[in-house]
Amino acid sequence: MQYSAFSLLKNALTGHRYWKPAWREAQPRDRYDVVIVGGGGHGLATAYYLAKNHGITNVAVVEKGYIGSGNVGRNTTIVRSNYLLPGNVPFYEWSMKLWEGLERDINYNAMVSQRGVLNLCHSDAQRDAFARRGNAMRLHGVDSELLEKEQVRKIAPYLNFDDARFPIQGGLLQPRGGTVRHDAVAWGYARAGDRRGVDIIQNCEVTGFRIDNGKILGVETSRGFIGASKVGMAVAGNASRVAGMAGMRLPIESHVLQAFVSEGIKPLIDTVITFGAGHFYISQSDKGGLVFGGDIDGYNSYAQRGNLPTVEDVCEGGMALMPMIGRVRMLRQWGGIMDMSMDGSPIIDRTPVDGLYLNAGWCYGGFKATPASGWCFAHLIARDEPHAVAAAYRLDRFATGHVIDEKGQGAQPNLH
Amino acid sequence: MQIECPFCGKRDAHEFAYLGDATVARPDPAVPDAARAFYEYVYLRDNPAGSHRELWYHSAGCHSWLVVTRDTRTHAIETIAQVGAR
Amino acid sequence: MTPLPQSRRLASGGLIDRSRTLSFQFDGKPMTGHPGDTLASALIANGTILAGRSFKYHRPRGILTAGSEEPNALVELRSGARREPNTKATTVELFDGLVARSQNRWPSLGFDVMSVNSLLSPIFVAGFYYKTFMWPAAFWEKLYEPLIRRAAGLGRASREPDPDSYEKAFAFCDVLVIGGGPTGLMAALSAARAGAHVILCDEDFSFGGRLLSEQFVIDGQSGADWKAAAVFELEQNPAVTLMRRTTVFGGYDQSTYGALERVGDHLPVPLPHMPRQRLWKIVAKRAVLAAGAVERQIVFGGNDRPGVMMASALRSYVNRFAAAPAQRLGLFTNNDDGWKTVADCIRAGIKVEAVIDPRPAIPEAFRQLAIQAGARLFEGGLVQDAHGTARGLQSIDVMTSTGRTESVAVDGLAVSGGWNPAVALTCHLGARPVWRDDISAFVAGDTPPGLVVAGAATGAFDLRSCLADGVRLGAEAAQAAGFTAVAPTVPAASEETLGLMPLWKVTGARTKAFVDFQNDVTAKDIVIAEREGFRSVEHLKRYTTLGMATDQGKTANVNGLAIMAALTGRSIPETGTTTFRPPYTPVAIGAFAGHHRGKHFRPTRLTPSHAWAAEQGAQFVEAGQWLRAQWFPKPGETDWLTSVNREVIAVRGAVGVCDVSTLGKIDIQGADAGTLLDRVYINGFSALPVGKVRYGAMLREDGIVMDDGTTARLAQDRYVMSTTTANAAKVMQHLEFCHQVLWPELDVQMVSVTEQWAQFSIAGPRARDTIQKLIDPMADVSNMALPYMGVTTITVCGGIPGRLFRISFSGELAYELAVPARYGDGVIRAIMSAGAEYGIVAYGTEALGVMRIEKGHPAGNELNGTATARDLGLGKLMSQKKDFIGRVMAERSGLTNPDRPSLAGFVPVNRADRLRAGAHFLGLGAHPSASNDQGYMTSVAFSPSLSHWVGLGLIKNGPNRHGERVRAYDPVRRGDIEVEICSPVFIDPEGGRLRV
Repeated sequence: MQYSAFSLLKNALTGHRYWKPAWREAQPRDRYDVVIVGGGGHGLATAYYLAKNHGITNVAVVEKGYIGSGNVGRNTTIVRSNYLLPGNVPFYEWSMKLWEGLERDINYNAMVSQRGVLNLCHSDAQRDAFARRGNAMRLHGVDSELLEKEQVRKIAPYLNFDDARFPIQGGLLQPRGGTVRHDAVAWGYARAGDRRGVDIIQNCEVTGFRIDNGKILGVETSRGFIGASKVGMAVAGNASRVAGMAGMRLPIESHVLQAFVSEGIKPLIDTVITFGAGHFYISQSDKGGLVFGGDIDGYNSYAQRGNLPTVEDVCEGGMALMPMIGRVRMLRQWGGIMDMSMDGSPIIDRTPVDGLYLNAGWCYGGFKATPASGWCFAHLIARDEPHAVAAAYRLDRFATGHVIDEKGQGAQPNLH
Repeated sequence: MQIECPFCGKRDAHEFAYLGDATVARPDPAVPDAARAFYEYVYLRDNPAGSHRELWYHSAGCHSWLVVTRDTRTHAIETIAQVGAR
Repeated sequence: MTPLPQSRRLASGGLIDRSRTLSFQFDGKPMTGHPGDTLASALIANGTILAGRSFKYHRPRGILTAGSEEPNALVELRSGARREPNTKATTVELFDGLVARSQNRWPSLGFDVMSVNSLLSPIFVAGFYYKTFMWPAAFWEKLYEPLIRRAAGLGRASREPDPDSYEKAFAFCDVLVIGGGPTGLMAALSAARAGAHVILCDEDFSFGGRLLSEQFVIDGQSGADWKAAAVFELEQNPAVTLMRRTTVFGGYDQSTYGALERVGDHLPVPLPHMPRQRLWKIVAKRAVLAAGAVERQIVFGGNDRPGVMMASALRSYVNRFAAAPAQRLGLFTNNDDGWKTVADCIRAGIKVEAVIDPRPAIPEAFRQLAIQAGARLFEGGLVQDAHGTARGLQSIDVMTSTGRTESVAVDGLAVSGGWNPAVALTCHLGARPVWRDDISAFVAGDTPPGLVVAGAATGAFDLRSCLADGVRLGAEAAQAAGFTAVAPTVPAASEETLGLMPLWKVTGARTKAFVDFQNDVTAKDIVIAEREGFRSVEHLKRYTTLGMATDQGKTANVNGLAIMAALTGRSIPETGTTTFRPPYTPVAIGAFAGHHRGKHFRPTRLTPSHAWAAEQGAQFVEAGQWLRAQWFPKPGETDWLTSVNREVIAVRGAVGVCDVSTLGKIDIQGADAGTLLDRVYINGFSALPVGKVRYGAMLREDGIVMDDGTTARLAQDRYVMSTTTANAAKVMQHLEFCHQVLWPELDVQMVSVTEQWAQFSIAGPRARDTIQKLIDPMADVSNMALPYMGVTTITVCGGIPGRLFRISFSGELAYELAVPARYGDGVIRAIMSAGAEYGIVAYGTEALGVMRIEKGHPAGNELNGTATARDLGLGKLMSQKKDFIGRVMAERSGLTNPDRPSLAGFVPVNRADRLRAGAHFLGLGAHPSASNDQGYMTSVAFSPSLSHWVGLGLIKNGPNRHGERVRAYDPVRRGDIEVEICSPVFIDPEGGRLRV
């Protein structure tokens, strides 16, 4: 059923009795052309684009829990393409473009809100670095504006301009950046994929890969073997564990990233703001909650929860930047497992196993990458060659030295 | 999280800096496939969901490097020892 | 306006202090209450029924509960900069002068225009927004979203900085008892009697829990009296810390608990020097969770109408606060506990009109009680709908056991659907609660190490079990913490029964039936979610927003789950479990930040010459945590460039002094010190003669430059290393790693001495003249005795021990003089006097930066974490004779490609043009595009020596392109100029000045 104001009205008149499930509760079939492991944003998007862009509809997405139970539903909802390095900018910009048309494409309102992403700088060196980044973005055709302090004040007069330990000197604004309602991305892709014939199989955990002579044959699951000509892994957070079943060791550590939401309040913060002298970023959801976060806790973890020092660090950044939020209460804290790669950038590549593909290492960047990740992973799986905008995300780049290290921290995942 | 430093006692984890996997060993640069060995040493990790031997540095304390065995699913710490201690 | 009398205050009873009257205002109306009241109880005492408006439909809402689980009665407390949105009236301790305002309504609480939303409710169902607002694309940000945002959210936060202060503290104890009700008090007594150090926390301002609200008898005393005695005993015990107004909000790893103490929230403003709140991190050997249970509702039509209240809350208001929420009450209970309400109402003189108990047969005693109360009893009956207005309840429709519907006129309805144990803290480490059919509730599953659950939180709801649990578990906790428990005695309490018949939702309601009050989630929304496939609990929650409001669904989640279970034909445990994340109740962001705001966000490190520099009027700049003098403006100098140019010219022409104490200094000693340095630096240090200094660069193991600096050899077995300011701690950690982890066999020790030494760079042609006047006469610092890159120990100013390094960052004849930090202030003054006759100037980090750029020394902007030694022109330092960290990986093809951007100098072709760091390089005439990007400008400076701007940058194949012209493209600053690539050394390329 097509979603629209009209269908909503029509259903309202009939007591909403005729809505159909957003996606079928599919049972696993014996074999598929493609099995995607992981029913998160990336896996669901991959399935959708396999069907839409490549006409491959005999596709299953297998998910160990419920779809969207990983990081697509655990992030701070920010989308942006304000990257620095040539390996990253075109990819994230392609993602940004896909976000811009997503809702009409998948007929699902994911509340893509291009309210602007403002990064603040607090020193001359930081401003120069922002200029470098802003210029790099422009060279890639991405919108960026370097703002003086007074321009920042106009956008966010409530920031601490007068009493700051690290005074705000200016900022880098990407006007097209913003936020997206995270859960809706998973559900929207699931529904759109389902409408094109994709089977979404929940509560189906992959327990192994069947590989013969270096070629993938399918996946062993908690609900039996599922044969497949090609298998894509899109299980960020658990990539090491899943790839381990295929005998691979990855340049990835799993870390916990916490996020926080406040009680719902009337509109207070209109853009996405990141603090440059601490670890803090914030936006306000349409429902009214301040959604904010900071750094990863910094130790390997699969626990989907973190500890107090990070909470304190994040809130200290918040209070340093916008002391008006002191009396606003934090409602919930939660954690997601991040695939922290060794250079802070993702991997979309073939593996040593023929027909087995890897989509992993998303670090903090996974949510904003969802559409492009799905698009490029589908391209790779369908054609067995990388998509142009994701060509740098090779698995062998660590061995060759072609790393994509935005932060310049080296092989130290907890610092990316 | 609390980490019991063998020298300073039980301290909050924020006193420590984390490095990661303690099981990897720096290869001998003279071996013939040193490039491969160093690649694996620097970049590849087991990243287990479960017991993990890892290096922590008591940066706000005695500056000792510690090997902590910790469960990455529960954060429960099994053992803590100074690096190299047997 | 004079306040009206407290029309609904009972004539006697209650735990309030009637001898004192407190004035307060709600929506501008003056009212009064007493110490011991909450805002909610005072509102009830004043006859206020309507307390708030709901989130989506703007339905009028009353006070539902008497605790922190309140979904409805949220107010803006206080005003101005102290305005606190979404404050639960049920948790606000009344104080004199309190001002509260209702929220999410316009123009007034009684008449809210937005309640028109209720008419649109057929459209505004669960998830409606996912299905519409998609066309046209631009309308989302411009029209739909602003409308939605304005309508959403409840209270308004202040836009002014929070004027109050917050504190953080650690506490350690043997036994932490969470919750000060009967179980918690008993557990604390039991553990304390064994000698354990006990911390007892309760979110309320008074200990006692349900003892305050029920008519309990313990050991022949009233519950309140027993509680008073228990608290007295605990207070007398010095090993016990009692923390009232303290919510243990989260459980974290290794028995660390987060707790929020509301230190000053019960006062109009905190007293001087009093924090508003204090964040506690409590590390407990053992913890007893005695957080009680939360009464849950029954979902029926109009169950959100003002006047509908949880039965236990009603008893709290009547018994504890002596306030009557209703005068003609209905009671709807599916369990024995709810019946306590009848007896309490009789005692308080509240007419019970009807008791509706869906159970087919109830104990005879209850029948008698109904008769005694003069109440109509509907055994096997159900409340289908409650009717009323914003002003209160008017009637309820009761479906009798025979299927008739009867209307009963009431002005209040007490509801009890049973109790949910408060197990939130057991879930914070990831465990899920488990379902218990016998009490139809979730109880703790796995508990975190060291934590046990006691009393009502385990599902043992009767007082006798609670006390017994407290005694036993308190003693066991003390024992586990190493104490010997004394023989326990359990106080006597009367027996209670629960007799619960699960009832989640009444079928056949004609009006809207709410599950989550605050988020306006109705039973019908759950039906829609099920229909659309959102059947997993997490999908249900996320799709309908059930349980996502400020109460985290404490009164709603289980009902929602049960409704979904019924719809899908599964049991409740099959449907899923609810889980809880910290914090248990919302915590102010300010509390997590504590003092770390404003100037105190991070520590400020001051250089040894800071006071002197401040006297000179220096402009300071943040360098990490350090504050460094950036330049020293002279009278009449109004722009920074004038000052910086003067400083540079003075150094290059005469002499200047700069505090460089912020650079990291590491003292490295031992027979193998040189070996360690050989392995850390790309170049060799073991062959460095004693008394010499060498520049070194170190790599990360991945072959990228980590840091650089000079290291001096003071003795055969002693070096002192200097690091960049930014990397001081990182390099220290790295050296310890190399020693302790990689090469423990080396005989070497190291210690950071950054703070121990004040270090001044004295640079310029007259540097030696200046130095000579400072140092004690026996030292020879002639060019012969202390040549370039030499080091010697000396004394200055009559016996102050010091070190003198002949090193230069500026490119001039220069020394760095190090003295113990405590002499720093005196020595800078001495240097300035000594150099006065030569025209000495103090110079800051800007001039320092200008001169290092003029000399082409890479610094922070070039050491960007992606540059190799070769990229920075340091390739020739990389020893071929030894292993060093990063050597192998530096040879990867991606790092040795000659096309990599590498260091070069840049000058504007039009010498009047200004250079900008961050500009990208494009070929002349090349289209601005990513594929034509050749690198970027890393650092720029105006060179007063050359009278034009100079820059350093990383450009493809830089060293081989000197003389070539490229564009410096800087669209974010509208810059686009032609520059010439040149050597990065602009001044004295032969280094002659260094060696004079």
